[in-house]
Amino acid sequence: MLLRFTGNFSLIFFLLFSANIFAIPFEKSDNSKDFDVNEMIMHHIKDSHEFHIMDFDGHSISFPLPIILWTDNGLVTFLSSEFNHDDSGKVIVNRKNQEFVKYHEKIFYAAQTGEKNIIYDSNGIVINKKPLDISVTKLVFSMFISMILLALIFIATAKTYSISNKGEPTGLGKFTEPLILFIKDEVAVPMIGEKHYQKYMPFLLTLFFFIWINNVMGLIPFFPFSANLSGNIAFTFVLAAITFVITTLVANKDYWKHIFWMPGIPVPMKLFLAPIEFLGIFIKPISLMIRLFANISAGHIIVLSLISLIFIFKSIWLAPASLFFSVFISLIEVLVVAIQAYIFTMLSALYIGSAIEEHEH
Amino acid sequence: MDLVTPDIGLIFWTTVSFAILYFVLSKFAWKPILGAVNEREKSIKEALAAAEKAKEEMANLKADNEKILNEAKLQRESLLKEAREIKSKIIADAESEATEKANKLIESAKNAIQTEKSAAMKELKNTVVDLSLDIAEKLLSKELDNKEKQLENIQDILDKTNLN
Repeated sequence: MLLRFTGNFSLIFFLLFSANIFAIPFEKSDNSKDFDVNEMIMHHIKDSHEFHIMDFDGHSISFPLPIILWTDNGLVTFLSSEFNHDDSGKVIVNRKNQEFVKYHEKIFYAAQTGEKNIIYDSNGIVINKKPLDISVTKLVFSMFISMILLALIFIATAKTYSISNKGEPTGLGKFTEPLILFIKDEVAVPMIGEKHYQKYMPFLLTLFFFIWINNVMGLIPFFPFSANLSGNIAFTFVLAAITFVITTLVANKDYWKHIFWMPGIPVPMKLFLAPIEFLGIFIKPISLMIRLFANISAGHIIVLSLISLIFIFKSIWLAPASLFFSVFISLIEVLVVAIQAYIFTMLSALYIGSAIEEHEH
Repeated sequence: MDLVTPDIGLIFWTTVSFAILYFVLSKFAWKPILGAVNEREKSIKEALAAAEKAKEEMANLKADNEKILNEAKLQRESLLKEAREIKSKIIADAESEATEKANKLIESAKNAIQTEKSAAMKELKNTVVDLSLDIAEKLLSKELDNKEKQLENIQDILDKTNLN
């Protein structure tokens, strides 16, 4: 039932947006500038309001995404194609008596005074006012795809378990069940313990597969994949924050006692350890956040840098070497993204496990 | 710096997405999958326990069987022993009885022989007496004629007499 629903939903979703591809007016891109590797890589690993598919004959072909803004005059929505691929604050979109410009993938209110739409302070930082931007960006769009994929995969998996098979999975379940059992037997049970682990299984499974599928989707180099979602600090921040909230909420008396008044050591040491342990509460999820963000971003940067070698040296003869190394790194990345998803899940389980652990003394 | 500044929009969407994903997957995927997995593990555990129990029962049964077998063996041995004893007793009894009977027979035979013998002796004595009388009579009558002739006669008579 839900499968059909999500199927229909994804179809509608896809038709809704894909129809717009052909509606995008082609615009001549600026060819006069030299190829800027740094800008290209940073552009790739950061978020964007349109999903760039390819450049063709000097035109940029992009998949426009909805821009959703909470402005002083209420909710404003329009498609990013209205900016005509402009990212330098030149094109103004007018909605509800407000003018918006897009500058470095950020939406600003256009400056009302002066000739320029964008005004800077003395340090070159934009000081235009910003509406609250909750647009469906490239990363959000990619996240929606990953959600649909996950829902399809695991609801289909759930359906492969039937009474006639005596609880044995068939088809897809034979592939996904070992992964689920891996999280259960290698992560949840050893980290949290036989007694409590079942309560956290849905969270750990969702976390692991959500991170993993987004990591893998980031490695696939064409539309609608290739987004660097799990290498974005906001994404890892939310996941780490969820782990932090769960850890803090479920923590028992023993956990707090071990932080503020460590048993079994002299009082001066207790006083010395308390601030360190207290900081540890925050450092643990922060390390989770930074580890995933840095690993995935680094992977993308390495692959793109290796490909960029061709353009830096402006030689086609470098292509085989560059390609060989980027394929090699990509293969390593396949391993890395799985390990990172595993580490994030395992450490989350470990933190939760340490918060609810019952000490013997 | 831009790279490590979390974007509010993405934080919002990630939170919403994760929450939706969590609830949808929990309800429609993890619950049935983990339910089936746990159910299966439970049934496997139970089956193993049942097998273990059956094994134990088998062992018990085997021990019982062995016990019964041993008992049967002991019983058989004791029966055989008893039978042997009975046999030897019967044989011994029979032997002693036979000996007794034979002894009795011999005894009675001896008695009979004794009786017969004494009867025969009596008869012989009588015969001898008769013969002696006869001889004496004849001798006396002959002697009266001729001494030589009388001796001859006695010899003759003795020769002719069958001393049976």
